[in-house]
Amino acid sequence: MKHEIVEKNIGLMIVLIVVAISFGGLTQIIPLFWQNQTTQPVEGLEPLGPLALEGRDIYIREGCHVCHTQMVRPLRAETERYGHYSVAGEHVYEHPFLWGSKRTGPDLARVGGRYSDDWQRAHLYNPRDVVPESNMPAFPWLFENTLTGKDTAAKMKALKTVGVPYSDEDIANAAAPFANGEVKEIDALVVYLQQLGTLLTQKR
Amino acid sequence: MNTFWSIWIIVFTAITIAGCTWLLFANRKVEVSDDTKEGESPKTGHVYDGIEEYDNPLPGWWFKMFVGTVVFGVIYLVLYPGLGNFGGVLGWTQVGQWEEEVAEAEAKYAPLYEQYSETPVEELIANPEAMKMSRRLFNNNCAVCHGSDGRGSYGFPNLADSDWLYGGSAEDIKTTLVNGRQGAMPALGGALGEDGVDNVAEYVFKLSGREHDAKKAEAGGQLFATYCAACHGADGTGNKMLGAPNLTDGIWLYGGSPTLVRHTIRNGRNGNMPAQADKLKAEKIHLLTAYVYSLSKNQ
Repeated sequence: MKHEIVEKNIGLMIVLIVVAISFGGLTQIIPLFWQNQTTQPVEGLEPLGPLALEGRDIYIREGCHVCHTQMVRPLRAETERYGHYSVAGEHVYEHPFLWGSKRTGPDLARVGGRYSDDWQRAHLYNPRDVVPESNMPAFPWLFENTLTGKDTAAKMKALKTVGVPYSDEDIANAAAPFANGEVKEIDALVVYLQQLGTLLTQKR
Repeated sequence: MNTFWSIWIIVFTAITIAGCTWLLFANRKVEVSDDTKEGESPKTGHVYDGIEEYDNPLPGWWFKMFVGTVVFGVIYLVLYPGLGNFGGVLGWTQVGQWEEEVAEAEAKYAPLYEQYSETPVEELIANPEAMKMSRRLFNNNCAVCHGSDGRGSYGFPNLADSDWLYGGSAEDIKTTLVNGRQGAMPALGGALGEDGVDNVAEYVFKLSGREHDAKKAEAGGQLFATYCAACHGADGTGNKMLGAPNLTDGIWLYGGSPTLVRHTIRNGRNGNMPAQADKLKAEKIHLLTAYVYSLSKNQ
């Protein structure tokens, strides 16, 4: 093919560019949408409950994923510290994923159940109170802001449309845990943190 | 992966490699224009707005590097997984390599832990090597709540004194580590009312021999017998089966100031020691038990 033909037909050039750059995705991304390894949930995986779901949104709002990953790689140094390596099936209900790409703080993929609720609260109120050398910011406003749960059902519905198996009952009862008007943001965030990665365990 | 996607990946990978190779060689030589003059670099004949393009192919080393990447790609795909279901002739997998690393480390380190697993905790605390190891384990796994010196802090029990919520024998400590503990002091604010909370607090001060309002304490004593004695005992010395603290010893896990004691009575407390059974191996828990046991013995 002569250069000239491509260079003087911009439409043809666009088509050829699209074909060329789509090959990587066609090979590496598209097949993943149809593989059990990436589409089937691990045993026991449930969609997040209303509190954990709101907690996850606070996690995103506060940018926790900017400094904390949720991805234990299959390297001994990591599994020794954090526990079982992450598998795709643990994340099939997550939209979007919070795997992160940079660890200023430690990985949180398996932080669930590792510390007590009280510790999580003390740590989020002021990390220096429990980890003197920590450079994590404090999040005292989480203890003041109250959650109403008015959007929780809508969030569940949105997630259901992309394949998270919330039942109609789940959606109908989404606001129930917030009804007493006493649920603070910290409560939801701790519920979210305490369920992270608890399905796979490995002794070390 | 099913056969369709395996073939899909193989076909697209092959097309990509073949296409890159073709592009590389097809553009290596360009037809040189006829009007190239003597002593001038050859021209391609492309003219835009009067500007002519010289025929400058890629330098040889650069071209060879491109060829090198193609050769590397082909060799890689033969050796390692990449072509659909074909796992590569080396049989390498990510998890396989991890398992190998873990097995290697296990062979090296497991005997170090196992050598102490049969020694009773009471003897182990006299072994400086074992104590050194257990101290490191403690710092990695426990210090973040209980402090690097084991002296705890507000809400996290001091392990270096002789006051134990759930018992301080080696066996009790191990049970705490393995199964965790779930303290549950119910909120009594609703049942007692604000005056009741105040009276019970005064009685609790009396129990621990502190300054108190005698009249309020007397009223509080009645309430204490009804609401608190079931867990803390009639004399307030606690119950290690339930983890109900001794209220007479002047040690306050959640602070002993009048405000904090009232807060505890009003709102309850839920201390939680996370279970380590499915996090740490039994030999490590054994060593940790010895370390915690030694903390109160060496004070």
